[in-house]
Amino acid sequence: MAIIDMTALEMAQKVQSGEVSAREVTEAHLAEIRAYDDGVGAFLSVLEERALDQADLVDAKRRRGENLGSLAGVPVALKDNMAYRGIETTCGSKILSGWKPPYSATVIERLLFQDAIPIGKTNLDEFAMGSSTENSGFFPTKNPVDPSRVPGGSSGGSAASVAARFAPLALGSDTGGSIRQPASLCGVVGVKPTYGTVSRYGLIAFASSLDQIGPFARNVSDAAALLGVISGHDPLDSTSIADFTFDPSSISTDIFGLRIGVIEEMTEGISTGVAAVLADAISALEDAGAVVSSVSIPATRYGLSAYYLIAPAEASSNLARFDGVRYGLRVEGADITETYELTRAQGFGPEVKRRIMLGTYALSAGYYDALYGKAQQVRTLIVNDFSSAYESFDVLLSPTSPTVAFEFGEKADPLSMYMSDVCTIPSNLAGHPAMSVPFGFGENDLPVGVQVLAPALGETTMFAVAKTLENAAKASVLPFWRKPG
Amino acid sequence: MGIEDDFLITVGLEVHCELRTATKLFCGCANEFGSEPNTNVCPVCLGLPGSLPVLNEMAVKYAIAIGIALNCEIRPSVFHRKNYFYPDMPKGYQVSQYDEPICVNGHLELPASMKKIRVERAHMEEDTGKTTHVGISGRIHGSDFSLVDYNRAGIPLVEIVSAPDMVSAEEARDYVAELRSILVATGATDGKMEEGSLRVDANVSVRPIGTETLGTRCEIKNLNSLKSLGRAIQFEARRQMELIESGGTVRQETRHWNEDQGSTSALRSKEEAYDYRYFPEPDLLPLVPDAKITESIRESMPPLPMARRATLAQLGHGNYSRSETEQIHTCVNTDLDSYVIAAVEAGVGFKLALSRASNELAGIVSQGAEVAVAKFVEVASAEAQGQLSATQAKAVLSQLVLDPDVGVKELISKLGFEVMSDGDTSGLVGEIIAQNQIEWHRYIAGDDQLTGFFIGRAMKASSGRVNGRVFSSLLAKRREQER
Repeated sequence: MAIIDMTALEMAQKVQSGEVSAREVTEAHLAEIRAYDDGVGAFLSVLEERALDQADLVDAKRRRGENLGSLAGVPVALKDNMAYRGIETTCGSKILSGWKPPYSATVIERLLFQDAIPIGKTNLDEFAMGSSTENSGFFPTKNPVDPSRVPGGSSGGSAASVAARFAPLALGSDTGGSIRQPASLCGVVGVKPTYGTVSRYGLIAFASSLDQIGPFARNVSDAAALLGVISGHDPLDSTSIADFTFDPSSISTDIFGLRIGVIEEMTEGISTGVAAVLADAISALEDAGAVVSSVSIPATRYGLSAYYLIAPAEASSNLARFDGVRYGLRVEGADITETYELTRAQGFGPEVKRRIMLGTYALSAGYYDALYGKAQQVRTLIVNDFSSAYESFDVLLSPTSPTVAFEFGEKADPLSMYMSDVCTIPSNLAGHPAMSVPFGFGENDLPVGVQVLAPALGETTMFAVAKTLENAAKASVLPFWRKPG
Repeated sequence: MGIEDDFLITVGLEVHCELRTATKLFCGCANEFGSEPNTNVCPVCLGLPGSLPVLNEMAVKYAIAIGIALNCEIRPSVFHRKNYFYPDMPKGYQVSQYDEPICVNGHLELPASMKKIRVERAHMEEDTGKTTHVGISGRIHGSDFSLVDYNRAGIPLVEIVSAPDMVSAEEARDYVAELRSILVATGATDGKMEEGSLRVDANVSVRPIGTETLGTRCEIKNLNSLKSLGRAIQFEARRQMELIESGGTVRQETRHWNEDQGSTSALRSKEEAYDYRYFPEPDLLPLVPDAKITESIRESMPPLPMARRATLAQLGHGNYSRSETEQIHTCVNTDLDSYVIAAVEAGVGFKLALSRASNELAGIVSQGAEVAVAKFVEVASAEAQGQLSATQAKAVLSQLVLDPDVGVKELISKLGFEVMSDGDTSGLVGEIIAQNQIEWHRYIAGDDQLTGFFIGRAMKASSGRVNGRVFSSLLAKRREQER
């Protein structure tokens, strides 16, 4: 089997045993990137030199007889909103062009500690604001399954890099669906863990109370292994949960008797192809012995509205630091106020500006209670409604995205784009884990993901359901250049 | 009658106090004054993208100690973001406590009048960096360029907000002076106004006598000495009075104090005031002080200035002149009350001990030097027992600091202040009588006032080494013999 077609765990095992070197694994993926990324645009920067240096370190370690980490020699693509010491980190924005952080995000430190190979920084919607990667300040990323379509977003580059076999693993960030939705559209596994299980230190904030880093992989076990590496308490993140560690080895595939609720509100308005895949998934779970029925979670109807107040409000504050004074783009004006205005006018794209304005308005004196305050109340309602549902169900099920991958420019109206995340947003508002597992194909033979939702810290059960789905799923996706015929 | 007699002044103060923690409020950078610009910085206090704050436990403990010392209620609190753009604010927002501060509903008693000034709240926040505007204006507008030093960014502050309970510049000064001593006594701050450890904003309004409603207030920013505070309030009150007298109305605005011109000028009006868009800081959890920690801080609270002044006052059994009351204040404010107590315990009179501590010793300490308690007691005892004159005692104290290893006895001998033996004194009596025969006979005849004359001559002749009391008793004895 070609190296690039192995699972991440197979690669690590072969590197650990010395059957393959970390350099060979890295070079195989770099070759694939060189050959095909021009047609995809998954990467903003490929860390060729740094990756090979890191691979050589791992190989040297093995030659010295030292134990290698659990992801030894495994290339990992990083969404370009995570700080990596000395490597340009742009957040997909012109305002951060050229900025090289003097420190690394905790997740990257943890990857390096396990001897993984950061291979490149992936494209994203600017500041993770978007659902198609069309909002990148540099160029759009194409869906490797069908280059006429978007990969989803905002972690479109990470999803595409895994689907294209540029890396077996990638990290994304999920504020309202930015891991799960592109995972669904590109036909890979994407996980948003429980808020607080993965450190946000070094993740350039979009909406701090919603952001969570999580894994992409081509199979559930690889995703679990990556989550096992990046999760755990971090004293540098005050919102990090103190005493929780995720153990990938504890995941079973026995879901006999498990109670699964299909969220009614999320089966409305979805495409025929997506509905059919969801129905197949339900049958597969029933075949495995789960008890599936439908459940209403009424407050999720207001999730999108609440999200589009809370997330922009936090973003308007988080993005205030991009003012041209200390780093990144600076457009000189006649005085400091004009310098701020010119820098931000030229540095930010239209969607970022839209959200800064929305958020600024939502926090303004006289509007705070009716907008931001009310949205926080809705958030509490959503948490309460989920809690009620989890009294009767162990996990919940829904489509990840209402549609398959759409075409470039198809959702020019911001609101229709926002609707892409209607099924994923409630989990962020509640802080709960959720993941997308590819299960079949919908319209135009494009991949469809099924979303598994679990209560806070319910990752182990969530992964068990995901594995069951994976075992029953049809063939996995191939990039367009490898499709027969 | 002057214009001041027609108006009442109302003052409320906001005092920013820098905490004396080893590190900053949300990161491990040193909390240090006077370092090279931009050396005590890291991704967190520079607000680099992706960095996150972690709350400093010691800062919370100091904030609780301040609350306890100001008789506040200690409560669960929430950090908010105060959003506005300024180059010295690296994140574009300041992390501060807004509607749920950690300390509320306290008070402070003014020492002289015993008047209670209410403390509405004391809350925690981070300091900003420091901007230096280069150019003629000295302000951000019209400057050629500006330099920003982020060493101060993220230094922990507690902002103490009083009720508008003060009625004069003098009361405001008394409040800040007393607040400063309390804050220093808790150990939370060094209280150095000249280094910006305490910075005061004053809200000033005036209203015609006979009216109830408070006038429109103006806020004067960044008053960095007691002197500026007093002058600024006086100027601002007078400005408002004259404005009202001449038919104008006071606009609510923020004003800047210009020390050189001795005047205030408008910075921005209420209409131009920022909308700070406060919202709860999502990167930090709500701060719920542990009751046990609060109690242990309360129990280990050192005696506060008011109690220490009372302790001193009791030593001297009451009836103090104004200057003695001031001396008691000085001793407590300069941490020298323990010296007075030790001297009194060693048998030195209270007033002598108080005077030497509050004048000479306080002078020495204010220069940054130190004198051991035992040495001070030794000098004061020697003076009390007549072995040193007042002048000699002062000289010994001031010389003590030059060499910390020198003993008091050694120094007295080195300075030639050793008291003359009784035999030598007796010989000196003879010499002085021989040299001043006219006065001697008048003295024999009963002119007792000449005692001082003879002591003066003896002092001069012995270069101050003679003990005046011994000399005068020997002199009197000699007269008895003559008679």
